[in-house]
Amino acid sequence: MNAPSDVIVIGAGVIGSAIAFFASQQGLSVTVLERGLPASGTSSACEGNILVSDKELGAELELTKFSLDTWRGDLAEHAGHWEFESKGGIIVASKESSLASLDRLTRAQGEYGIDVERVDIPRLREFEPHISPDALGAAWYPDDCQVQPMLVAGHLLNLARKNGAKVQVNTRVTGFVRHGETVTGVTTDRGEFHAPAVVNAAGSWSEHIAALAGVNVPVKPRKGFVMVTEPLPPMVHHKVYAAEYVDNVGSSDAGLQSSPVVEGTPAGSILIGSSRERVGFDRSVNTEALRQMATNAIALFPFLEKTRIIRHYHGFRPYCPDHLPVIGHDPRAPGLWHASGYEGAGIGLSAGTGKLMGQALAGLATDMSLAPFAPERFGEFTPNTMISQESAA
Amino acid sequence: MSKESTSPFDVAVIGAGPAGLAAAVAAAERGARVVVLDAATQPGGQFWRHRPESVEPDPEGHGHHGWKTYLDLRSRFDAAISTGVLHYLPNTQVWMIEREDAGRFVLRLTPATGTTIEVPTVRADKLVSCAGGYDRQLPLPGWELPGVMAAGGIQAFIKANGTLPGKRFVVAGTGPFLLPVAANIAAAGGKVVAVCESSSLTNWLPHMGAASGVPGKALEGAEYAAIFAKHRIRYRTRTVVTKVVGDSSATAVQIAKVDASGAIIPGSERLLEDVDIVGFGWGFTPQIELAVSLGAETRIDADGSLVCVADEKQSSTVPGLFLAGEVTGVGGAVLAVAEGYVAGASAANGEQPKTSTARQIQRHRRFASAMHQAHPVPEKWDELLTDDTLICRCEEVSHAQVTEARDVLGATDARTMKSFTRTGMGWCQGKVCGYAVSCLSAKGTTDENAQHASLTSVAKRPVATPLTLGEISTLDSREPHNL
Amino acid sequence: MSNPPQRITVNLNATPVQAEAGQSVGAVLMGQGIKAWRTTRNEGKPRGLFCGIGACYDCLITIDGEPNQRACMVQASDSMNIEGDFSA
Repeated sequence: MNAPSDVIVIGAGVIGSAIAFFASQQGLSVTVLERGLPASGTSSACEGNILVSDKELGAELELTKFSLDTWRGDLAEHAGHWEFESKGGIIVASKESSLASLDRLTRAQGEYGIDVERVDIPRLREFEPHISPDALGAAWYPDDCQVQPMLVAGHLLNLARKNGAKVQVNTRVTGFVRHGETVTGVTTDRGEFHAPAVVNAAGSWSEHIAALAGVNVPVKPRKGFVMVTEPLPPMVHHKVYAAEYVDNVGSSDAGLQSSPVVEGTPAGSILIGSSRERVGFDRSVNTEALRQMATNAIALFPFLEKTRIIRHYHGFRPYCPDHLPVIGHDPRAPGLWHASGYEGAGIGLSAGTGKLMGQALAGLATDMSLAPFAPERFGEFTPNTMISQESAA
Repeated sequence: MSKESTSPFDVAVIGAGPAGLAAAVAAAERGARVVVLDAATQPGGQFWRHRPESVEPDPEGHGHHGWKTYLDLRSRFDAAISTGVLHYLPNTQVWMIEREDAGRFVLRLTPATGTTIEVPTVRADKLVSCAGGYDRQLPLPGWELPGVMAAGGIQAFIKANGTLPGKRFVVAGTGPFLLPVAANIAAAGGKVVAVCESSSLTNWLPHMGAASGVPGKALEGAEYAAIFAKHRIRYRTRTVVTKVVGDSSATAVQIAKVDASGAIIPGSERLLEDVDIVGFGWGFTPQIELAVSLGAETRIDADGSLVCVADEKQSSTVPGLFLAGEVTGVGGAVLAVAEGYVAGASAANGEQPKTSTARQIQRHRRFASAMHQAHPVPEKWDELLTDDTLICRCEEVSHAQVTEARDVLGATDARTMKSFTRTGMGWCQGKVCGYAVSCLSAKGTTDENAQHASLTSVAKRPVATPLTLGEISTLDSREPHNL
Repeated sequence: MSNPPQRITVNLNATPVQAEAGQSVGAVLMGQGIKAWRTTRNEGKPRGLFCGIGACYDCLITIDGEPNQRACMVQASDSMNIEGDFSA
């Protein structure tokens, strides 16, 4: 039998790694169980965004601000490990209607305390000389940042290991060990692991993990593609996206949606997003998604028409129907905790989540309330709750 | 750049090398409507690559093996074009394949050179992939210097241009392919300073050829022995290049004797000076990304390469997808032609191969397997690497970075290594470094499936060849269904 | 049956150079003793032909204004403009 620990974390993505790090900083003994290798799920299939610009006002934005402080504070000394970059974000409106939306959005954000600045076209051209001549207006968000998410997970795990954490890869959780109602460990294809606290940080697969414990956490995969261009000299300097993007992030539509997100990277490649569709864990290529993304990106930066892509990838965002993450202890299965459902914001929110979960797991008061993210908001598990077949795969 | 679709073909053949020509001819001669897609501007593939026919309309095939076979295939290929049953699209690469409802293949194409030529979308009921392969490479200090080339790259250079890329050559690696490369260099007037073969066999070809029932190989072996004698080419066995030396380009190589494991025998190092081109070849890597993207089952062949599984009709595990040539296992042109005929016939009308053909294919596969076993990648090839040796040429990832990601961050497979260090993320998408990265990532792990999983992740290239966003923006969107 | 080679003129960074029709751009450059024509992004190291058959993308060069073309794959033609870093 494996030696018991204080905390078991299921999933070595960016969320699980952050929790493992902060929990081990609190002096807790931590075992991380990962069915594949570190960052092999959505953490390695995203863009590494830490965004304030696209959040709805409310609890998620509060967590975003807290997390940004954590990135810039607690984790500052390690920022070089994961290429933390305060590149800044720009939202561009190219239609009169989206210009009006942008006006409303930035006004509300400004009142909420978000650092946002409306920029006119000449200023926009200073920021992004290659932007489309069709741009009508823009907003600048100096707090939008970026990291290399795989390196975040890899190094946070390594730092956790230095604090004594154990990381068990290629280990698949198959069920829970219960003492009465209480969760006291997990069963895996490599034996049982015991701990008084088990954290479900399985990302897009966390609905399945929750179901193994008999609780409903309705996190669904929301698929997205990213296209990667040939390496070029710097042509796009910030994260640039169209005003429609914010609407798409907040929508619940299952069908294909796409809105342009274009950003340069230190490696010279330009990343082109974004698409959203809820098709389970279907890994097939959606040509229509690629076509729309290419068309949208060219509309934003016309030079891209002649730029080549060298690859594309896709990932499954852990989508939650109410667009709020699921964080904290689950009274429906005492001993079980969740940190999931971040959809496209998981990288940005990982640092703050890790810090708050570390405090909560250590029995300390958390710096900010986790109440808005309470897992029990989804009610009791009902047998007819849909669990996609593939989530077990 | 066009979204025009051609009317569906019965059979699409990817590649116009030995396997592709045979497959196309076999299918067309059985009445199928065939389309052939090839990256080059004229048929022949790498093996029968020749001077542009606009310059040399009737090449005599100097330095080529099986040229008569080529001329026969070519005349039948041309005849099928002239009767309209075969449609040939040169200078074209397939970047993605989808499947429509009825299982029909939808081939998304892009021009191999230039970005402004219009290419159609091709639909076909059956698909034969004869995509061939490219030289497998192992990193070593100095391999990024100009003047270092793939052995096959030197060969292709000579065949296509009729000139040499340099004056004084060292050819190194393992396998019988090093011999024709050296012979062609010498025939074109270049000086081959040495051929360094890491394995120990000397004069093996005659014996091996006879033993495995492939007499043609014995003739080839004798022929090379004569050429090497005539040009005074030094064939050094159990010898590797340990580093390439030079400032802005290669000027010398250091060589050393190795033991059976590939470990360097101390004190055996020596410098070969006055060398301007170094050609490396460690066998070949089959181009299987398109077949893999369709879900074809793979296996690791005797040479350690990931290849696709094919049955006696050259059918892959994916219905409608047939395979011939190096994609089913590296085995040379004669085997590729035989497999191509079978694949083309199977794709056209499902016919069973003749017993004699099946036997010929089996014989050649046995020979190929023996050859691979006689010329393994040395187990300790990575002992040559220094901390700053580049592993990934495109993204300039060093051996130290790879080792740190493996040992500290847990990147024990090629996919994770790519995430952590950018190996294989650049222009070539891991075609050059994929094999080495798989070996280095899995080093020290006991998981038997690790290498297969790593090589599989390397072979996944959803964009098989780069193309412009403009091309993608004009794709027709009939929402074909993928597997 | 070889015909006498047809001569063409290509421009290497605007300098006219004689070449043989049908040669690849890479062969024209190597024929001029130019072994490298671009430098790498990170370390500024020189690169030229490597795989020689279109797989490695090391030999990228600007041809008639189109950047990042594979020198090993493109056939040189008369008055073609080839631009690279030949001091590499």
